[in-house]
Amino acid sequence: MLEARALSKSFGSVAAVRGVSFAARDGQITGLLGANGAGKSTTLRMLYTVLKPDSGDALIDGTSVTADPIAARRAIGVLSHGAGIYNHLTARENIAYFGELHGMSRADREARAGELIELLEMQAFANRYAKGFSQGQRLKTALARALIHRPRNVLLDEPTNGLDVMAVRGLRKLLLQLRDAGHCVLFSSHVMQEVEQLCDEVVVIAGGQVVAAGALADIRAHAGNSQLEDAFVHLMGTGDEAGK
Amino acid sequence: MNLHGVWAVFRKEFRENLRDRRTLLSALVFGPLFGPILVAAIVQFGISHAEEQSDENIQVAVTHSERAPNLLAHLRARGVDIEPVKLDEAGMRDAVATQTHKIILDIPEDFGTRLQAGEPAPVILYSDGSRGFDRRGVGRVRALISQYGIEIAQLRFLARGIEPLSVLPISVQEIDVSTPSSRSVLVLNMLSYIVLLAMLFGGLYLAIDATAGERERGSLEMLLTAPVPREHLIYGKIAAAATYMFISLVLTVIMFAIAISFVGLEQVGITANLGPAAATKMIACCAPLILFGASYLSIISGFAKSYREAQTYLGLVITIPTMPLMFAGILGLQAKTSLMFVPFLSQHLLLTTIVRAEPIVPLHVAISVGSTLVYGVFLMWLAGRLYRREGLLG
Repeated sequence: MLEARALSKSFGSVAAVRGVSFAARDGQITGLLGANGAGKSTTLRMLYTVLKPDSGDALIDGTSVTADPIAARRAIGVLSHGAGIYNHLTARENIAYFGELHGMSRADREARAGELIELLEMQAFANRYAKGFSQGQRLKTALARALIHRPRNVLLDEPTNGLDVMAVRGLRKLLLQLRDAGHCVLFSSHVMQEVEQLCDEVVVIAGGQVVAAGALADIRAHAGNSQLEDAFVHLMGTGDEAGK
Repeated sequence: MNLHGVWAVFRKEFRENLRDRRTLLSALVFGPLFGPILVAAIVQFGISHAEEQSDENIQVAVTHSERAPNLLAHLRARGVDIEPVKLDEAGMRDAVATQTHKIILDIPEDFGTRLQAGEPAPVILYSDGSRGFDRRGVGRVRALISQYGIEIAQLRFLARGIEPLSVLPISVQEIDVSTPSSRSVLVLNMLSYIVLLAMLFGGLYLAIDATAGERERGSLEMLLTAPVPREHLIYGKIAAAATYMFISLVLTVIMFAIAISFVGLEQVGITANLGPAAATKMIACCAPLILFGASYLSIISGFAKSYREAQTYLGLVITIPTMPLMFAGILGLQAKTSLMFVPFLSQHLLLTTIVRAEPIVPLHVAISVGSTLVYGVFLMWLAGRLYRREGLLG
């Protein structure tokens, strides 16, 4: 369960996020939808404790990210934008390294890494150095790394960027599996179709503010458009006005 | 405090860099291998050059050699090759200036008559004082000619019934008190510079890779989402860089000990104090600098946005700590209590003391080790502060 409460963040004179509030529930996939530069990444980065909000707070399973960021980090698995992996480590070592950082015992993290390698069908390249990996292989490694400590909440920043169809399908399958296992999944995207296919709930962000939130059907109704794309364009407009 | 994060980062950085050719080359090959071999080669070259010079005959061109047959016979008998030439005064100046002849001895017309008359008989010696290589040759020729003069004087006194030794009222005896080991410092003063620089280079690439490199690859953001205090991440990285620096230091000192043993220092009466005991002391003196160096490099490359940017910064900055060493060389600084508070300089002075086989002052060692560790801990703390900043992500 993730809760953003009036999060705000400025970089110099640029207000990137202005009072964003929403909730992402367990057993659901929540999509953070917005154009490039709308404030999606900044919001996510505050949720996963890399940035400190100027004001407002976020709760992860009830733990405040500002009061106890380390406890909050234990409860989340993160796939940051363009998540890099270590070229001189194998996929398995990349995954296990994060298990070690999470304080898991050697036996535990190795067993869990094995599990994830099977789940993500990485057996063919698990023991190769990451140096020559394809985008899809890198993403799988980074995903497994984010899930090593069995987090209840999973946050992904534009996970499908630069992936081919097969990799996107694999990712979609995994997110649905996580949802069905009762996890809270939050991912950001600027691709409507993706959001439409996957999400139970959508939070639309424009100009650093939430312009609409709720189930897909509600959003369509709210914007008075049956097509999500039209609804989205309509909402983006309101965001721009709000930004002025 | 739970330090599992420091340990995890340390293990990962150590292992990852063990597989990185760049780190391995700079830590284990460039500094430890090339530095000592280069110094040994230069020293060896210097020694054989000096030996050749002292054994070689001196070439002297002589105008009007027929005017002073006895003087020239005296010179020939003492290792001077005489080459008769025909040149006027301007010709002689030119020949020396263009190095056609390095030394020219001009015998004036009245040499023989003045010598017979018992008047001072002039000879003119041409050489180029700006060419350092030939100074010794000129000095030897001048000494041989004076010696010939003294022999003639003594014969004249003898002919007049005067005790020849009475005209040598003062005899200078030179005694060089430099011990073979202290003389070796002149030859080996590059040693501490190379040791300290090789040590820094040992951790250089790891420090860049673990900070600027991690940011450039985009893995830093993920690392910061691990439930570990941020400063623990950089402490782990500093520890890994320090470990490579230590390996580099040990290898460099050992290689020096080996390389120097192959150089024929004994031939010129020099013994370098570089046995196992001295090598151990040298490593122990430099080891406290490792924390300082690793933190210093991590801080600088922590500011850089990319690997290349960090390389540029560090290329400039890595020489700064070694600046005091150059001043030490120019000013001829000796080990003093006050200088033991200066990092790198204190290590340099202690290394020099060890190589000279002079007694080490325990207070100096205590101050050098203590102050260097304090600076190191401070820099490490500063690096931790840097990693807590939000701007770290750029």
